[in-house]
Amino acid sequence: MSQDTLFDKVWDLHKVSSLPGGSDQIFIGLHLIHEVTSPQAFGALKDKKLKVKFPDRTVATVDHIVPTDNQSRPFKDSLAEQMIETLEKNCLEHNIRFFNIGSGNQGIVHVVAPELGLTQPGMTIACGDSHTSTHGAFGSIAFGIGTSQVRDVLATQTLAMNKLKVRQIWCDNKLSKGVYAKDLVLHIINKLGVKAGAGFAYEFAGPAIHELSMEERMTICNMSIEGGARCGYINPDAKTFSYIKNKLYAPKNEHWDRALRWWESLKSDENSIYDDVIKLDASKVEPTVTWGITPGQSISINQQIPLLDELSPNDKLVAEEAYEYMSFKPGQLIKDTPVDVCFIGSCTNGRISDLRVAAKVLKGKKVSKNVKAFAVPGSEKVATEAKQEGLDQIFKDSGFQWREPGCSMCLAMNSDKLIGNQVSASSSNRNFKGRQGSPSGRTLLMSPAMVAAAAINGKVSDVREFIN
Amino acid sequence: MKSDFTPPIGKISNINGQCISLIGNDIDTDRIIPARFLKCVNFDSLGESVFEDDRKTLKGKHPFDLEENKNASILVVNSNFGCGSSREHAPQALMRWGIKAIIGESFADIFYSNCIAIGIPCFTLPKKSIEEIQNYCNNQSLLLEIDLKNSLAKSKDLNFNLEIKESSKKMFLSGEWDATAILLEKSSLVERKYKELPYIKFIKVV
Repeated sequence: MSQDTLFDKVWDLHKVSSLPGGSDQIFIGLHLIHEVTSPQAFGALKDKKLKVKFPDRTVATVDHIVPTDNQSRPFKDSLAEQMIETLEKNCLEHNIRFFNIGSGNQGIVHVVAPELGLTQPGMTIACGDSHTSTHGAFGSIAFGIGTSQVRDVLATQTLAMNKLKVRQIWCDNKLSKGVYAKDLVLHIINKLGVKAGAGFAYEFAGPAIHELSMEERMTICNMSIEGGARCGYINPDAKTFSYIKNKLYAPKNEHWDRALRWWESLKSDENSIYDDVIKLDASKVEPTVTWGITPGQSISINQQIPLLDELSPNDKLVAEEAYEYMSFKPGQLIKDTPVDVCFIGSCTNGRISDLRVAAKVLKGKKVSKNVKAFAVPGSEKVATEAKQEGLDQIFKDSGFQWREPGCSMCLAMNSDKLIGNQVSASSSNRNFKGRQGSPSGRTLLMSPAMVAAAAINGKVSDVREFIN
Repeated sequence: MKSDFTPPIGKISNINGQCISLIGNDIDTDRIIPARFLKCVNFDSLGESVFEDDRKTLKGKHPFDLEENKNASILVVNSNFGCGSSREHAPQALMRWGIKAIIGESFADIFYSNCIAIGIPCFTLPKKSIEEIQNYCNNQSLLLEIDLKNSLAKSKDLNFNLEIKESSKKMFLSGEWDATAILLEKSSLVERKYKELPYIKFIKVV
């Protein structure tokens, strides 16, 4: 059992009681809600005649269903309109802060909370969304929950949970040029597998991790869930503190000094005990692309799609399913695979640094005639910043469509969808069958820079050839 | 989908029913219920859309479409079932189709928590035993009696010692899987925690 890790410290601090069944009652310091997984929870509160226990610990925004072309109200999609109206009504009725479209602070919930300074080290954070693990980049313990648990957090500010084990993933050296956080996390998921994280929190550590910017760290923690770990975190350091400083909800004045001292004390101790430790060399990671139907099915840009015989017995069943669904032959190179749609956005890679990297690749170049390419900023703040830097113009000049913020084609709950068996190069997080809105649509996950390179060439390309 | 759906309430100790086998590893919640069906403000009509895209692809040959499975209530799956999105819509859709318990090689964490929270016990068995059940189901109908207290699954031909987390088992036997009431009991401790936590005073969002 782990001891003296940040996870242990934060868990113990938030433990309210031991429940009769053997699980712990854990206080949730920050609760984030959105339109998709909260309406039934508010409905259940009403049925049980309960109120929101601490409205000041819950924050709402709208992201999954928002259109990215025309956001004027009412939305064209009446079901989407009903969902945003329900959220507006619930927030008003329960006195919950809601960052609505046009507030300047709307966006994907996992982009918005960090940029507002709501996400801070040492907190427990829950949200009815599996990518809540993103917030662990700040040294918080953050995890996705379902709607019944959203109801429990609203009603009691606590959850009944079993403590997770802790696996440290130590990344030596640093990433090489043209290789990004997305490549590293895809590499980790490939090495460990998509279910290795079940029952674990992942602590990402080592020089390669601390070299990363806060936004890159968010990309890593975001995809912990794709490795099966509902929680992933990074010990906070000077970069964490300077990112938070002066944000809207950051501690101010004397609170800042107190917060800083406390945050410093939270890190995993040098001699802390882990349930498991994995070490890898980040300098060996290359630009990585998924070829299959799980995020673990990835290869380096110059590798071939694995042969069945090269895979472990447990991976064969899903590999066969993947060859068929993706119409790929074992042994085929992933490089030069033609793509139809290029998507840059999502809670994994829809932040300003992602747009900057992609814009650098796109500057002065044109998107291939055969490709539909679009960029969806992660939040209104990201969109504003991008416009101030002229990034939107670089995207538009290259042939990319520039959209309004939201989750968009990561999960295709709005009208941004693949058609038929189109192939997308996507900076998002899931390549599941049907994930991007077409039951036969095919998704290749990669870094935003690699998506930009694929857009220009109209096929999967090595971004290192663009950046010298 | 069963028209007479009533959600489970209170203690759950025995589940008797016919097994339905679904073969495949890493079956994610997008497949269980595609995202377009999440555009709803209640769970009521999800049962009919469970596995919608997989079912359409298999044109009537998906296990959830087979006539012989229409009254099945115990789902038998392989490893990492329910991975991906945290959408509770996935187990809600399974439950509204008629599933009352799931036996699998392994489950994704959030899916597992969601199942407990809505009253679907999830049990694990080694790969070999799962394959034995799935093979049996291919040839004939398997009626299983699950005794949660003793973690036993019995049938005419096959018997298994099921595995389930001790905390989950206790919650089902006591009825505390519906956690709200028990969490509310400790409200004075929760208020104390709220006052004690160092960061509460840093942030006031309302």
